Amino acid sequence: MATITLDHIVKKYGDGFPAVNDVSLDIKDGEFVILVGPSGCGKSTLLRMIVGLEDITDGDLTIGGTRVNDKAPRDRNLAMVFQNYALYPHLSVFENIAFPLRLAKGKHSDEEVERRVREAADLLELREHLERKPANLSGGQRQRVAMGRAIVRQADAFLFDEPLSNLDAKLRGQMRTEIARMQRRLGTTTVYVTHDQTEAMTLGDRVAVLRKGELQQVASPRELYEEPVNLFVAGFIGSPPMNFLPAQLSGTTLSLPFGDVEISADVARRAEGAEFLIAGLRPEHVEDAETLEGPRRERGTTFEVDVDVTEWLGNELYAYVPFSPDERVAAKLAELDKELDGESMRHQMVVTLDARSRVRDGDRARLWFDPASLHLFDPSTGESLTRDEERARAIQADTEEMRRQALERSREHAQAVGQGAPA
Amino acid sequence: MSGVRMSGKEKALWYVAAVAIVVYALFPVAWIFSLSLKPASELTDNRFLPTDVTWENYRLIVSGDAADLFLPALRNSIGITLIATAIAVVMATLTAYAVSRLDFPGKKVLLTTALAVAIFPVISIVTPLFNMWRAIGLYDTWPGLIIPYLSITLPLAIWTLSAFFREIPWDMEQAAQVDGATTWQAFRKVIVPLAVPGVFTTAIIAFFIAWNDFVFGISLTSTDASRPVPAALAFFTGASQFEEPTGATSAAAVVVTIPVVVIVLVFQRRIVAGLTNGAVKG
Repeated sequence: MATITLDHIVKKYGDGFPAVNDVSLDIKDGEFVILVGPSGCGKSTLLRMIVGLEDITDGDLTIGGTRVNDKAPRDRNLAMVFQNYALYPHLSVFENIAFPLRLAKGKHSDEEVERRVREAADLLELREHLERKPANLSGGQRQRVAMGRAIVRQADAFLFDEPLSNLDAKLRGQMRTEIARMQRRLGTTTVYVTHDQTEAMTLGDRVAVLRKGELQQVASPRELYEEPVNLFVAGFIGSPPMNFLPAQLSGTTLSLPFGDVEISADVARRAEGAEFLIAGLRPEHVEDAETLEGPRRERGTTFEVDVDVTEWLGNELYAYVPFSPDERVAAKLAELDKELDGESMRHQMVVTLDARSRVRDGDRARLWFDPASLHLFDPSTGESLTRDEERARAIQADTEEMRRQALERSREHAQAVGQGAPA
Repeated sequence: MSGVRMSGKEKALWYVAAVAIVVYALFPVAWIFSLSLKPASELTDNRFLPTDVTWENYRLIVSGDAADLFLPALRNSIGITLIATAIAVVMATLTAYAVSRLDFPGKKVLLTTALAVAIFPVISIVTPLFNMWRAIGLYDTWPGLIIPYLSITLPLAIWTLSAFFREIPWDMEQAAQVDGATTWQAFRKVIVPLAVPGVFTTAIIAFFIAWNDFVFGISLTSTDASRPVPAALAFFTGASQFEEPTGATSAAAVVVTIPVVVIVLVFQRRIVAGLTNGAVKG
């Protein structure tokens, strides 16, 4: 168990290009932190610096209060699960899991090694596979062996480098819950790298979003979703991604491609002076006006659009609404899209409607949204103009409290089990 | 090879071709074996099968006139070859690991030089070596043969092994380091076991080169202190000066072929590629 502190960490390669630039991050004891970002954002490099496989160019890395910049990986007492698992093919599953224990010569008796490996194998349901070789295992089983090797050692922290990216969708979902369960149960500090935002949102106590080696925002999944600090974070978190629309402000009236809405005087004052703005609207915040009733409908505004294509998924319906943006905004949006690994060829708004909606391809539809759910961004800096710091702090305090309680529960539970009391 | 469906006709053609190649390759060996079983009077009868089988030639090289020449040579061949192979494998493993994993100045030069040495014609360095060895006292000694054998086997061994090492994912080694291994432990417990097929392949190549050598063997030795079998065969004599020692030579040739066949059969199972299956996703 340990805290991990990154203090102005920099990684420069031979050509002077900073792969990781000035990243500071405090990871609390027992916390599950996700590093997320599009490919090439430096998240894996950062993880490899924590474990010691990459040198740190500048800054301090402390684990459990000790500076470890110059320590070899084996002296840092961390356990890592590699993207390709890196199992030892010449050893049985048992010996693969026992490998770290065998390396610590003299520290563990044979019985203890046996007991610890069996414990880990039970936790991961690998007991009947212990004598097999990795080559004879399925992808999910290999993944579990890699995890077994990590947990057998009682390391100070677990590091995961995109551990699920080689599994198919169904297995990925199962293993994701398995990892969450394991981490809660063991209460071990965990750093997890992924490019998959579902993994980031579901697993993390806190999520650190990286872009081109720079930290954008570190916050709970809920804060990232509700109060993103900038365009990049807003566009990265959420699926389908947030729609970015060109907007023009006059007074407190915002002109969107589909009509005008009123915004709060507070936000309008912050946006003052900007010639044009980018408005962000989450697909799930738009509804089909026909399926809405009562007071909720009163709170929002409705507008008419031409729907291009629809996709019915059973539980919801995606509708695509084309629009033509201002040239100045178009360039900015294209740039952002590229940064987010996107490859959109046309400007369209995606909206997620209720599955009961009768809207179909080519329809003219009446849609509804609440202007309060609208995000506004300054196109020149990309910063959010609608972020409510007070609310963000409240979310932060709330999620931290929930995390602390969950951790306490799991430790109490572990203690109870350890003492032989009924679980 | 699997998964390719062949029609009956295609299959038959492949069998015919395979049999033809096997016969072509093994016929001389069979002929020598047959010669070694013939009595002196029948050696030139131009018939493949000996009419009456005799072990006389084998007795001759093991306990007869030729034994003084053959047995020390056999001892020399086995000793020199095994030592040369062992040294070559150990040195090549370490060198190849460095070449495939580390970036150091002069790496390219090292590799090309090694290759140049390997393809250098043996005959062109034998005379200078002869003079040098005589001057420094290595002439007609075991080290006097082991060193030149190393100079031919090492480059090939390094090239083969570094190809094997490059196939091993680097993650394996890093995983071992994170698990608590020192660089040396990671090398010994993870990398070397994974490179086993490569190590055995290298060992066999090194063994063959040393075992089959004739030019160095005959030029750098003068007595049975270090003369290997291929060179000793040239010194066999018949019963009279008009008689060729064909029978004894054939018997000796068969005897020195046996270890090679045994080694290949034993190690064949170890030279299976695809040992790294299951290390990474797949």
